[in-house]
This record gives sequence, structure tokens and C-alpha cells, in this order.
Amino acid sequence: MTSHLDGNMLAGTLGELFTVDVTTAIGRCASCGTSGAIAQAHVYPDAPGMVARCPACSEVVLRLVRGSDRAWLDLRGLTCLQLTIPGS
Amino acid sequence: MGIVSPGFSGRRRADSDKLPPGQYLVTDFPVLSAGPTPRVDSASWRLTVRTETGQVRSWDWAAFLALPSEEVTVDLHCVTKWSKLGTRWRGVSIDTLLDGAETAADYAMAHSYGGYTTNLPLADLVDGQAWVAFEYDGDPLEPEHGGPARLLVPHLYLWKSAKWVQGIDLSDDDEPGFWESLGYHNYGDPWREQRYWGDLRGGSPRLGRSRRRRRQRGLSCWRFPGGRATAQASMWTSG
Amino acid sequence: MLEVPGWPGHRAGQHVDVRLTAEDGYSAQRSYSIASAPQGTALELTVQRLDDGEVSPYLTQTLGVGQPLELRGPVGGWFVWDADGTAPVLLVAGGSGLVPLMAMIRARAQAANRVPFRLIYSVRDPAAALYATELIERQRVGDGLGVTYLYTRTAPAGSPLPVGRISADVIASSGLPPADSPRVFVCGPTGFVETTAGLLVAAGHDPGAIKTERFGPSGGQS
Repeated sequence: MTSHLDGNMLAGTLGELFTVDVTTAIGRCASCGTSGAIAQAHVYPDAPGMVARCPACSEVVLRLVRGSDRAWLDLRGLTCLQLTIPGS
Repeated sequence: MGIVSPGFSGRRRADSDKLPPGQYLVTDFPVLSAGPTPRVDSASWRLTVRTETGQVRSWDWAAFLALPSEEVTVDLHCVTKWSKLGTRWRGVSIDTLLDGAETAADYAMAHSYGGYTTNLPLADLVDGQAWVAFEYDGDPLEPEHGGPARLLVPHLYLWKSAKWVQGIDLSDDDEPGFWESLGYHNYGDPWREQRYWGDLRGGSPRLGRSRRRRRQRGLSCWRFPGGRATAQASMWTSG
Repeated sequence: MLEVPGWPGHRAGQHVDVRLTAEDGYSAQRSYSIASAPQGTALELTVQRLDDGEVSPYLTQTLGVGQPLELRGPVGGWFVWDADGTAPVLLVAGGSGLVPLMAMIRARAQAANRVPFRLIYSVRDPAAALYATELIERQRVGDGLGVTYLYTRTAPAGSPLPVGRISADVIASSGLPPADSPRVFVCGPTGFVETTAGLLVAAGHDPGAIKTERFGPSGGQS
């Protein structure tokens, strides 16, 4: 039985790609419209890539593949991300 | 490559010349998944094959089990670098499923319960290269490993062996599946180490060469979030 | 304990990703919550050794003083408590899930913040409890920290709670009233976190005030 972790665990990998903390960003699920922090998404880490799913409807909100020198990020599962700009 | 951790060797793994480049041998059977394990009961399970002209063939669980099946022993190679040799499965050959179907399609897309997809050339599914497997190691396939039934295509990386398969669609067009659309190689031949987009190597590089290649690329960029100045900052400890 | 030159400081609840690399290039990565309060350049990670683990045996037995350890962080801005917080805090820990919550307890003491802090710590038996002595001492200070142990296998005589798993009764008797609008942090194995979060919401806590950190089915950090 695969169980999921929280979006917290994406902080390190996303932190390599973004200068702001994406785990505290609020995302809106493109499937069901539920909003919440990326840290609250259900993350399945044991895969060829990381998959974050909406805690309400389980649809994919974010996918991330980390290659050796590249990363691929798919945010189509979110209609948008609301990010807090640090220091403002 | 990261900083070597003195004395670290990780899980017991062996090097074997039966392994594709960059792989290591495991003795357990890791479970990887992109989502919750689908729970499909045999009463509602269906397997559907669709040709590019719209011809449809479908089996329920009883009909599927009534098809001729065979026991095969194959090696598995996961793109996350583990390999498991000599795994025993029982499955229905894709040739059996396609028997009598009229198709000139070049490509196939496998669909799974739970939404997963993966694409392959039809040529890689036929001629005894692929099965829909329903038993592993003599027992019914467990849900965490793809049961009731999964696709099994051992000559390609294991992500092509879609767990919880419910359908195979044949097409004249090649559409990338779940991982193929996010950086993973469209074809995925482990012997040519086709893991990601742009991996074109032919032949089988020796492990040594693979290692050099990793170093040249400068594996990862471990730095502080928000640290504009520091690119590679590995931090040393006095334990 | 790790000395990290250039460490930028961290917030209580954050974690680091540790990466181990073998000579042949094989690498394994795990996340560990920071146990220490925000301070200086020293970092404390509490690692529980799992017998069949891949990383924890190395960190707890092989890694020697003076040897390098590659880590990334601190990361994680969600599951954090800052020492200037004014709301009461309920902490619910399962096993090694206590680690990030301990950082919060230590941060509170470091900042001499007296907001009510209540910890419910679910653990198999007294021998498995982390920071036992420290928690006794911190409670003795009497600055508003309360700790209740919930033993799931064996409890010492006189234990206030009966042996058993987290339940609505435990939340009610040992938590904080929802009317106090506490911030709630739950950390531990996935199943524990799931159950606890459900109980907290059912008890009337605002789901928006509950933050969770799942450690995975084994509760570790193998």
C-alpha cells in the first residue's frame, strides 16, 4: 500500500529551482478548485518523479522530475500559484 | 557527483555484467507509485484494446483468465536504477490480445486505473515481447505491484510496464504518456541508458564511462533557497 | 551535532535533506527535521537507527567526527513555529515525529516565550521516548509547557493515560480546547498523522490551524 507524504518534503527540491519557498505558496487545483498550500498536497515520492496530488480530489496538481543536470516541472494541475514575496 | 560519504555503501547491491549501464541489483521488490494504489475488484475489472480504426475488444476478468497464458521469467530494470533479475510472471501475451485484430497502427498507449499512461511503439508490444501479467512469483499479482493485472514489457525501463492496466489504444500517432511528457525518454531502452529526453547513446557504455559522464554534468545544485550568490554549497560538518 | 560554517539559521520545524554518496556514485537521500532551536552554526539532527535502514545506520554508526556530510537546507516554510508566536500551541507527536516539535519547544524556551504549549507524545514505551530527561526538566521550569505521554504498548505505573492509540478521549483530556484557537502541529508516521488530524477536526479544531508533517509509513527516515 503506497502512502503519501506532505508537500513539505518538496521544499528541498523546489528550493533548487525557485528562490521563493513554493511549499508555502497557495495553489488552486485545476480539477476541483480547492485551494491550499503546496505543503498540504499529498506527495508520492517513490516514483521516477515526484507527484503531488490535491488533498481533496486526488488529481495531480504538480509533477517534478529531477534528472542529473535538468529538472522538469509540470504545474498544469494548478490554475495558479499565489506566492508570497519575501521581504515585502 | 555528490561528495563521497566515507564508509557509505548503501543497500547491498552487486555489479553484474547482466545489468544495463547505471543499474544496480536489488533483492527486494521496490514499490514505486505516482498515486494511491487503485483497488479494482474483479467484478468491475475490464481490459479493452482499441485499434486506430475504432475496433474494440474487451475482456472481463473471467474472459481474460480464460485466455491462453504463459509463464515467463524476465529481468526488470527501473529507471530509478534498480534492477531485479529472474522475476517470474504469468501473463497473457499481447499477441494473443491482438490476435485477429486488424491494425496498421505504429503506436500504442497503455492506460491504467488511476490515470497513468505510457506510450510505446506497437512493434515493441508484439512478437512475444510483452504481456498483460496477472501473477507474480506464482501468486496473484498484488495491488501494490500492479494487480489485478499490469503490462509487462521487460526490454524497456519498467515505467513502460504500466501497473493496473485497463486499456491499450493503438494509434497512427505517438503521444507521450505520463512520464514521457515530463522528461523521461520517449522510448526507454535500458541498454542504451535512455532515461531522459535527449539521451541518445547507442551501445552499452561501460559503467566507468557512465560515472565520468555524471561528474562532468555536475550532479545537482545544492544550495540555500534564495541564495543568489552561492551556486554549489556543500556543507561540511564535524559530526 | 553538525557544525555548518555559513549556516544561515533556521526556523523551528524546518528540515534538511541529507545526501550520502558511495564511491561508485550511488546515492541515497533522506530528509531529517532539525531538532535544535534556531541559533548559531550548530545543527542538531536526531536520527533513529532503523535496523534495515539504508541511511540511518550510516549516520548513527559509521559517520565519524570530522567527516563530511552533504546536506541541503534549511527548507520548509510551512511546518514552522516562530518564537514570536502569541497563540497557544498544541503539539502531537508520534514516535520520531517529536523531532521538529522539539525544535519548537526549544525555540520557545530560547526566546523566553510563555505561550501555553501542550505536547501529546505517542510512543511505544518509555524506552522509546526521545529527549525524556530534557522534557522533564523543561516542564519543571513551569513556564507553561505541559507534556502528556501516550504509550501504545507498555506504560509505567501511574501513567495518566491508559495504554492505547491516539483517540478522541486523549485529545480531549490532554490537548488544548478548540475554543483557545491553538495552532496545532502533528508529526509522525503517515497513519498516525492521518488519524490524529481527523480526530482534531472532529473535536472542533479549525482545519486551517492544523499543520501536519508525515514521516512516511515507517515513521522514519530509514
